[in-house]
Amino acid sequence: MTVIEQNIPPSGVRGLSLDILEAEAIYIMREVAGQFERPALLFSGGKDSITLVRLAQKAFAPGKIPFPLVHIDTGHNFPEATQYRDWLANEVGAKLIVRQVEDTIKAKGLTEPTGKNASRNWLQTHTLLDTIEEFEFDACIGGARRDEEKARAKERIFSFRDEFGQWDPKRQRPELWNLFNGKISKGENVRCFPISNWTELDVWSYMEREGIPLPSIYFSHQREMILRDGNLLANADFIFKDESDVIVTKTVRFRTVGDMTCTAAVESEADTIERVVAEIKATRISERGETRIDDQQTEAAMEDRKKGGYF
Amino acid sequence: MDILRFITAGSVDDGKSTLIGRLLYDTKNILADQLEAVERASKTRGDGEIDLALLTDGLRSEREQGITIDVAYKYFQTDKRKFISIDAPGHIQYTRNMVTGASNADLAIILVDARQGVIEQTRRHSLITSLLNIPHIVVAINKMDLVGYSEDRFLEIAQDYQQLAHKLGIKKLKIIPVSALAGDNIVDKSLAMPWYTGHTMLQYLESVDVLNALNLTDARFSVQYVLRPQTEDLHDYRGYAGLVQSGVFRKGDAITVFPSEQTAKIAKIEQYGQEIEEARAGMSVTILLETDVDVSRGYLLAKSDNLPVLSQDVEATICWMDDRKELKVGGKYTLQHGTTRTRCSVRGIEYRIDVNNYEQIEGIATLKLNDIAKVVLRTAQPLAYDTYQNNRATGAAILIDETSNVTVGACMLA
Repeated sequence: MTVIEQNIPPSGVRGLSLDILEAEAIYIMREVAGQFERPALLFSGGKDSITLVRLAQKAFAPGKIPFPLVHIDTGHNFPEATQYRDWLANEVGAKLIVRQVEDTIKAKGLTEPTGKNASRNWLQTHTLLDTIEEFEFDACIGGARRDEEKARAKERIFSFRDEFGQWDPKRQRPELWNLFNGKISKGENVRCFPISNWTELDVWSYMEREGIPLPSIYFSHQREMILRDGNLLANADFIFKDESDVIVTKTVRFRTVGDMTCTAAVESEADTIERVVAEIKATRISERGETRIDDQQTEAAMEDRKKGGYF
Repeated sequence: MDILRFITAGSVDDGKSTLIGRLLYDTKNILADQLEAVERASKTRGDGEIDLALLTDGLRSEREQGITIDVAYKYFQTDKRKFISIDAPGHIQYTRNMVTGASNADLAIILVDARQGVIEQTRRHSLITSLLNIPHIVVAINKMDLVGYSEDRFLEIAQDYQQLAHKLGIKKLKIIPVSALAGDNIVDKSLAMPWYTGHTMLQYLESVDVLNALNLTDARFSVQYVLRPQTEDLHDYRGYAGLVQSGVFRKGDAITVFPSEQTAKIAKIEQYGQEIEEARAGMSVTILLETDVDVSRGYLLAKSDNLPVLSQDVEATICWMDDRKELKVGGKYTLQHGTTRTRCSVRGIEYRIDVNNYEQIEGIATLKLNDIAKVVLRTAQPLAYDTYQNNRATGAAILIDETSNVTVGACMLA
């Protein structure tokens, strides 16, 4: 037994929203394990995928998680998130597969976006699709939530992707009751989203209830930041800067954790999970609106990325 | 705090998206940046005021055409409850999307335009909600502002609807006069309709009973996955992971395994690795049996004192969902029921239901997209099921096309 397993608190308070959401997510996890031959859990080190790992542990307890954790590493991750990833995989005894976007760029001669706000977000899709092909994954579990973004609000829990990894929003399979249809032909795959019906607050409340340790960047800390167009970006060597960027030291926490190039921080003194939950309850700005520079670019940014194979 | 899942049925013209937008707006569930985005989009389109409907339209093509194509989910909460709103398109060509959205709803809001009253579309939406056996129906008589907030008009439509509800056997019915655009009786009581003293929409959504709608009588458990850790200390462990579809199971209960009809007793129930005393409808648990019987994914466990039907011949009301191929008598499909999949063939079509006037049309050989019909199926393996009217969880099934793998039919077993 690992430390985390011993810490799993008793659930079973009935009729409460977190219990309902947890039972539903675990049902979905088990459907993935039951319906597919080679599933994988896409792990980013962010809070949503950390939630998935806890749910997977619970779904298959007292056994181990019966699929690997896969991380597509852009090379622009927060070091705290990468360290946490390695620690967690080891802690839960799961196999960890890491593939580097850097390697895909070199092997395929991809052109990397340059200049201000350059991000490897789009390139990540290439590596993800290659990794799916390399391991012949037929299902990838992801931590997307429908409340995050309007294209995601339309997506199925079992989301079919063709052999090119593409999502076709107009030809989604009807999804009825809790009967998930994961039937596919070779080369196709399904993206599965167990926490589709969770909100940001649900995820944080669940973290708090379960006592799940989180990467330190989610809590208030001092950091050297780039102030750009009203957003606070963590300073790093690989982020392109010009004279209009101001470098400041701020007390911040991150509300979401993606690439350093496209994730903005919020100024905050919240240094415990209780204080973070209180701030999330009081906020008047949405998660992606506040922190994701990639989504601020066009009204359909996520829809376009998903059609291209992004998770 | 629990969760209420509700679907809104109606078209954009009825103010469906505006109603959801209004609920979100008046309960302060719209965040500042989301509101700004909607204000920006309203301006681009040249609308004078904020178009609350834009809050729910997700896809680029939907925004371009100003319609809802697919089911969209919105999340909000009040002090009393969390809500998942399921927004499905209303036109007849999207009947399958409405069926999809309705399949997971605890409650349906049917919108009626006060100027038009009960029309063909109202009848269609009501039929679907009753076929899908949604526990609670709310009729929102909308656009009351456009009929001078007339009580007479409201009573006239309410009476028409009650006749319709009676015909369909709808029991838990609530009728509310509203104006989604002006915000009357959505969250706040309408000052313009002092003659209406009942619940506002939100008050009603906050008060309906969700847990009582669960079937707690017929104990059914679908096996999803067999847990066999095979580690040193757990080498004899064999647990059946799955969902309690309905009813309640306790340690020591005598159960029957389907389709094999073997019997056993429950030795232990675990939830996420910890022992619990009882498992109720909606819980994901692991069941361990006292004796070794053959159980694998797709099997159904039922308490032995109350068994499901076991048969290869099944009648079903079906909604056909394939836009490329028709359902044909003699056609073969994969039927998915709970965690079971079995092949089946369509033996016959008894009748098709005209969704607008409820007439039964006989002598039908094929079904087209969005058709609703009574069919007779023959399954390759015996199916353990309950009627959909008695048990939504074990009375539902889907048909999957064997070549395209697409979900082509929603079945409510009879």
